[in-house]
Amino acid sequence: MSFNYLTTIIFLPVAGAILIAFIPGLSQRAIKWLAALFTFVPLALSIYLFAIFDRSAGAIQFEEKLSWIPAINAHYHLGVDGLSLPLVILMTFLGFLVVLISWKIDLRPREYFAWLLLLETSILGVFCSLDLLLFFLFWEIEVIPMYFLISIWGTGRREYSAIKYVVYTLFGSAMMLAGILSLYFATGSLSMVEIAQGGLAPFTAVIPVVAIFFLLLTGFAVKLPVFPLHTWLPDAHTDAPTAVSVVLAGALLKMGGYGMIRLCVTIFPQVAQQYAPLLVAFAIVSVLYGAAVTLRQTDLKRLVAYSSISHMGYVLLGIFALGQVSLVGATLQMFSHGIITGLLFAMAGLVMHNAGERDLRKLGGLVRQMPIIAVVFSVAGLGALGLPLTSGFAAEFLVFVGSFTSTVVSGIQVYTILGVLGIVITAGYILWMLQRVFYGPALEQFNGAKDADILERVYMFAFVAVIMLVGIYPAILTDVIKTGILPIMGLLGA
Amino acid sequence: MNLELFLPELTLAAVAIIVILLDLVIPRKGWLVVVSIAGIVVAAGFTIAMWGGSSQAIFNNMLAVDNFALFFKLLFLAIAALVILASTDYVSKFARFQGEYHALVLLSALGMMLMAATTELISIYLALELTSISLYVLVGFLKDPKSTEASLKYLLLGAVASAVLLFGMALVFGFTGKTQLGEIAQAIQALSLTGVLASPGLILGMVLMVAGFGFKIAAVPFHMWVPDVYEGAPTPITAYLSVASKAAGFAIILRVFYSAFGLPQWLSLDWGMLFAVLAAIGMTLGNVIAIPQTNIKRMLGYSSIAQAGYLMVGLATVGFSPAADIVGRSSLLFFLASYALTNLGAFTAIIAISNKLNSDQISDYSGMGRRAPLLALALTLCLISLIGMPPAAGFMAKFYIFSGAVQHGLLWLVVIAVINSVISSYYYLRVVKVMWLGEPASEEKVPSSGALRLALSLSCLGVLLLGIIPGFIMKLAEVAAKMFVF
Repeated sequence: MSFNYLTTIIFLPVAGAILIAFIPGLSQRAIKWLAALFTFVPLALSIYLFAIFDRSAGAIQFEEKLSWIPAINAHYHLGVDGLSLPLVILMTFLGFLVVLISWKIDLRPREYFAWLLLLETSILGVFCSLDLLLFFLFWEIEVIPMYFLISIWGTGRREYSAIKYVVYTLFGSAMMLAGILSLYFATGSLSMVEIAQGGLAPFTAVIPVVAIFFLLLTGFAVKLPVFPLHTWLPDAHTDAPTAVSVVLAGALLKMGGYGMIRLCVTIFPQVAQQYAPLLVAFAIVSVLYGAAVTLRQTDLKRLVAYSSISHMGYVLLGIFALGQVSLVGATLQMFSHGIITGLLFAMAGLVMHNAGERDLRKLGGLVRQMPIIAVVFSVAGLGALGLPLTSGFAAEFLVFVGSFTSTVVSGIQVYTILGVLGIVITAGYILWMLQRVFYGPALEQFNGAKDADILERVYMFAFVAVIMLVGIYPAILTDVIKTGILPIMGLLGA
Repeated sequence: MNLELFLPELTLAAVAIIVILLDLVIPRKGWLVVVSIAGIVVAAGFTIAMWGGSSQAIFNNMLAVDNFALFFKLLFLAIAALVILASTDYVSKFARFQGEYHALVLLSALGMMLMAATTELISIYLALELTSISLYVLVGFLKDPKSTEASLKYLLLGAVASAVLLFGMALVFGFTGKTQLGEIAQAIQALSLTGVLASPGLILGMVLMVAGFGFKIAAVPFHMWVPDVYEGAPTPITAYLSVASKAAGFAIILRVFYSAFGLPQWLSLDWGMLFAVLAAIGMTLGNVIAIPQTNIKRMLGYSSIAQAGYLMVGLATVGFSPAADIVGRSSLLFFLASYALTNLGAFTAIIAISNKLNSDQISDYSGMGRRAPLLALALTLCLISLIGMPPAAGFMAKFYIFSGAVQHGLLWLVVIAVINSVISSYYYLRVVKVMWLGEPASEEKVPSSGALRLALSLSCLGVLLLGIIPGFIMKLAEVAAKMFVF
């Protein structure tokens, strides 16, 4: 039997978490090094998988399948394809970097890193599971570490934000559970692959397929988030510790988009086509509403948080334009947003930490005290507004081209043009934010503020390198993503 | 006469008597625990030896020895053992009557084992009374005003419930002329639809039996005793009531309704609907009222009302599914097993914490994550399991029971149930929040005895196992649900 790469990648972090939690008398240093080790190995392994991934075959690779619960026909079934592999890399990448970002945590570090590692396992599990029950299991586990991470290590109204996050997520997953149960009943199978291949046609009579589609979609829409289910996001982000914001924006939200493509589009192609106009409209509302609200924010982190709503609107647009290019674009946008917004949150966290201030109206002139942070923050900002040579440009360009030429939704050109307007607003709030934080007259209360130290420069460099790499040569990812999208296009009959 | 088929029950009765007698002569009361546990292990050994054999009826068809009964017998024995282990800290505070305490726990377990096996109305009643009377005494064991009030309340309401049940049985007997469940089923099938409609007393009898059993399982609207009794009773007995007594109630309901009223289909659809409605009301009411509770035992009392609601989803599935379909029954058995482990774990942690604090107020649990990290972790795991979140047993149990319900057209009920799970997360997580986020009132550690730690680790291990690799127990539950004697 070949080496079980995916199992190793998924469960190494939680193994680290158990070690950290239960070995008595670990020093803070040892805890951090352990955490770094148990996140670096999965990163290395996932890059290796990316290198040996067979780009000519579209199928699911590195599969592992064991019987898990025979009574309900559930399997321990893992595998990655072109759709999930980039997201796995995204998570392992962020998972390692957030340990570096958290290096200065000194409040209850043992619990902090244990929860952080458990969180990584659960997200990786979601991206790799090909069994609905396993998928749901990982999906639910993620809530518990998030709850503790926000409510113990957060700031501001952290307990309120944490419980709000939990209630929203559980509501979404309750709907999703009902959907999964219906799907299981309709097909007698929990395997995503089998259900997608078998089709749902014979079962429409018992439970309407549309109902199942929307039950699942609700779960994913809460996570993505889609207007009007987004209100947990600004609160959770604003009050979460920096590293958790990075994971939340970088990888957690992607579970929503991934779920939509993997389940909603792949299993219900006809329903997806039927309701695409409605969902595209929601996407545009998310883009424009999110961007407009972002303009009005005065809190640095809240601003970055709201910008996520707008950017995830592009993902929704790309998905439900249901064209090959748009779906590739949506997946690339998920990856790119994960890196760019991860960096934005990391930089916002650094500014807050070093300047001791997060209110945009009180910040200013920081370019003099922290030139490196200013440059990197600007690169991330430019990526967010889709400047060429950054990954943001490649992703958003593909989404727009793809949806403009899509034939599924009539009049989508109008929606796309409205969506492009979102970019203009994005440029507005990003540049305005950079200006308010870094430029203008130097303020004397920030005179002692430090710039990034060595460790921080290391992870900044990693982020920027990935943003530029994908921006300059997007094919490195799109070649892989395409192998995942092509089978879906076959199902859509295009 | 096959007395060897009755060996588990005989063993337990003998051990109960031995424990009382030993209490008179030995000064070191720790031996009582050892003897009780040893007796339970022996009885469990006999039970396991019978597992998988063909079903038999003994005592003139009054008791069935089938896998269904054996499954429950094992469950009750396991619960009794865990309760006795968890009680050691608590009981050592009593100056007298320690022997009686253990004997009563064993006797009520005996009653429950009989409840799971009886196939005849009169012996059902007798088994139920044996269980209940032992529990009435146990609830009042502390002899303080709260405990006495709880005991009196439980006794009075329990007596009313018994009377209602008996009346229902009398009506069923009056219209069918039989007390044996299988014979009742034949008598009902001999009646035509119009024949039953012409004699509404039969339906009334059935409804009254639902009310009588509903008291045992704490189904709304027969739940009024739950919060007071749970709060007043000694904590180990609260745990015992909340799992064993409830499981016994479900065992007997399954047995009676499946074998006596299971056919014809329109009749089972009728009571299936009745249980579906009770389930919806029970879950919602239990969860909503649990939210404002400040006493953790009261909160878990309301939570157990809600859990009874989820369990009744399984009963409704049994009513809605054809007789040959086992998913309703097997999922119910699995849910009961995982609920038993979860609630026992939660209560065991509470026993340890309350012993130190002398308080059951949730606010006093503040900072427990630092004072007693392992206890708090165990309690957190159990609460997560009660919400129904992975990787704990509660998730698999809910998944299994809901999947059965969806298969039989109860999607509406499942949607209500999953929304209820979200509501319930609020009050369960509040305890978690207080424990991990609150500031400790003092830095003192919370001590616990070895026996209690053993009980706690066994239940937590069970919760995790059932949550991650539930296949084995599901298989057992399927076997137990299949082999069903009429």
